[in-house]
Amino acid sequence: MTTDVRPMFDTDELVINMGPQHPSTHGVLRVVLRLDGERVVGSDVVIGYLHRGIEKLCESRDWTQIVLLTDRMDYVAAATNNIGYCQTVEKLMSIEVPRRARYVRTIMAELQRIASHCLWLGTHAMDIGAMTVFLYAFRERELILDLFEEYCGARLTYNSMRIGGLPLDLPPGWDRKVLGFCDVMEQKLVEYEELLTNNRIWLERTKGIGVIPAEEAVAIGLSGPPLRGSGVQRDIRKDEPYAAYDEMRFEVPIGKACDTYDRYLVRLEEFRQSVRIIRQAVEGLPEGPIVGKVPRLIKPPAGETYHAIESPKGELGYFIAADGKSTAPYRFRVRPPSFCNLQALPRLIQGHLVADVVALIGSIDVVLGEVDR
Amino acid sequence: MPQEFVPIVLFLLVAIGFAGVTLLPSRLLQTNKYNKVKLDPYECGIQPATDARDRYSIRYYLVAMLFVIFDVETVFMFPWAVILEELGWFGLIEMMVFLFILVVGFVYAWKKGALEWA
Amino acid sequence: MMVDQVVIPALKILIVLNAVLVGVTFMVLLERKVIAWTQARLGPMRVGPYGVLQPIADVVKLMTKEDITPVKADRWVFSVAPLIALIPALIVFAVIPFGPEVSLFGRQVALYITDLNVGLLYVVSVASIGVYGIILAGWASNSKFPLLASLRASAQLISYEVAVTMTLVSMIVSAGTLSMVGIVNAQESQQVWYLFVQPLAFFIFFVGGLAETNRAPFDMPEAEQELTGGFHTEYSGMRFALFFLAEYANMIVVSAVATTLFLGGWLRPFPNVAALSFLDLVPAWCWFLAKTFVFLYIFLWVRATLPRYRYDQLMRLGWKVLIPLAIANVVVSGLVKVLL
Repeated sequence: MTTDVRPMFDTDELVINMGPQHPSTHGVLRVVLRLDGERVVGSDVVIGYLHRGIEKLCESRDWTQIVLLTDRMDYVAAATNNIGYCQTVEKLMSIEVPRRARYVRTIMAELQRIASHCLWLGTHAMDIGAMTVFLYAFRERELILDLFEEYCGARLTYNSMRIGGLPLDLPPGWDRKVLGFCDVMEQKLVEYEELLTNNRIWLERTKGIGVIPAEEAVAIGLSGPPLRGSGVQRDIRKDEPYAAYDEMRFEVPIGKACDTYDRYLVRLEEFRQSVRIIRQAVEGLPEGPIVGKVPRLIKPPAGETYHAIESPKGELGYFIAADGKSTAPYRFRVRPPSFCNLQALPRLIQGHLVADVVALIGSIDVVLGEVDR
Repeated sequence: MPQEFVPIVLFLLVAIGFAGVTLLPSRLLQTNKYNKVKLDPYECGIQPATDARDRYSIRYYLVAMLFVIFDVETVFMFPWAVILEELGWFGLIEMMVFLFILVVGFVYAWKKGALEWA
Repeated sequence: MMVDQVVIPALKILIVLNAVLVGVTFMVLLERKVIAWTQARLGPMRVGPYGVLQPIADVVKLMTKEDITPVKADRWVFSVAPLIALIPALIVFAVIPFGPEVSLFGRQVALYITDLNVGLLYVVSVASIGVYGIILAGWASNSKFPLLASLRASAQLISYEVAVTMTLVSMIVSAGTLSMVGIVNAQESQQVWYLFVQPLAFFIFFVGGLAETNRAPFDMPEAEQELTGGFHTEYSGMRFALFFLAEYANMIVVSAVATTLFLGGWLRPFPNVAALSFLDLVPAWCWFLAKTFVFLYIFLWVRATLPRYRYDQLMRLGWKVLIPLAIANVVVSGLVKVLL
């Protein structure tokens, strides 16, 4: 029946809490949904269930200890957080990072991007009910974790960067293993695509869901794959290159339809581009020192700076103010991509069905550790 | 009562017995620890603000009505299908008329949007 | 007289009931194993060799778990709902023909509990009682997720019920009988499995069967990613186990009915090819079980492969695709029957 009949029935809105204890809110996100039948007419996103005060905590740690804390923000892409932080401090202190270290950072960042996208693909597919993709993606993520384990001994929170360079040189034979992984990943991507890309149910579930036009995406402050899925060509790796990205050849995929399916395609293409970057970086890996000239006591001069990198989820920015006197930052502030992207959620789920809500939470790829910090 | 139904009644009794009996040992074996929060309805860890039995809009009523219509019609078709061979053309045409009326109603409901969910 | 009327059926009932329950418990293990293998995992490995004793451990666990009744729930309905879901799923087996009559200890024994002349109608009507269990469970829980899920479930079940029942009409047109045994005999005398006579009906029955047993890709009522646990969110312990039993028993019912109707029941493959008559050496009921197993395997296979439909898409598929197809199929079947 069409909408004109609706006022005849006197029905109430159903207010339902989705989360914090819910299998598909990716942690402890809470969405208070107001439903008309199964259609979302309003929603409130409640965050803060995982708040640990990392930013404040950083203001009482010295500069080297902070690397460890950044691991705990986006815990599925810890190396990216490390790199972002170290580069910000290097920028503040004008430290030159050796070329080899910059290459290794690029490899790490891209491996981490693949690992993070694997987790996204797995959980996103799982939310839509394709459970096999979940385990396939985690299988490949495991390979990356093995590589990280070999490099720094940890599998989740790496603490893998130091201000001015790297803590360790690469273990012997590591580069060949990375190249081997690249070959595996390319084959496995075909497997994922066979299960999803042309699957009719997948298409029906993702096409036209959560459309957000380019202007609106920019206005809300989206970044990363959700922004590029809306057709905006913005990638910090290209626009403001850091590490060794200026020496790499890669493309920035963008979407057209601005919907969940295009965000999915963008991320899948990013898998391929990451593999491409890793190959170039490993093959062109220069010899040389791994740490630049860093003073024994790290104490940046008074001043403030903002530096952003392209994390797997979008623009990860650090704003750090130093007073030049203490060995801790005066002010430490993170611009987490998940937090800013999450702002689009109420707008995205408006008017969609309950089932789409989980698809859309998955499609903007939030990590609550980063949202709440 | 036809004799073929005796085993069914027997089966029904056995099934009820089985279902009841399985609940018994678990009653005896389980531990019961009272915990107020445990007995609350589940709503993702939040105390439900409203009762679950509000009147909210779900297109159940129309679907249920359509179901009744269609299922009853289908039941009419069962005996027809069994003896179609004996009825021949007469039976077929009768059923086509019947189905035609059904389909007209179906198309009407479709065009009216009764089959749109949500 | 008493022996034929009561004792033998009672024995058969006990055997079938046991077989179904054991089948269900191992079906759970099979599901976990098959899906694990699809996903490059091992599945349960701890309890017994290759985890074969896992079902027993599951039963023991569920038995000893606390059975919670939420404070706001309607206690009486809450307790009865699992029984209403389970009992119909079990008593459907009364008319499933596992095999023809065989002689056992010098007595002719039929490998089915009873042969109703309205067997198929009995299957359809009894199987659909189970939906009451689901809707009552959701309503009695007085919790939002189960309520939404149970409304979804009942709307889904009755929608696909129409398509499936309508499809069966065209099946009956081919067979000319409602008796389950009669349908197998008809396939024997016509020397063909009805899968090849009514492929469309088979397809609709299969899709409808997936939907009616709440299996992927139509597992909306228990879509854990959307509605947490579905209609049995508030259930725990043995009452939860009864819902589980009901779901898997329903899967076996759908598979067994599909085998009977479309895959020739206990008949060997290609009953029309005389050269394959050596296959008759295998007991008939083995064929029946093997075919049922193939069906159950497909259920699991589909679950491991496909994403889940959204609710409105599911209803659209049911009402706007399957039902028109089913009606068209009835018309064509009727025409063909009368013309030939």
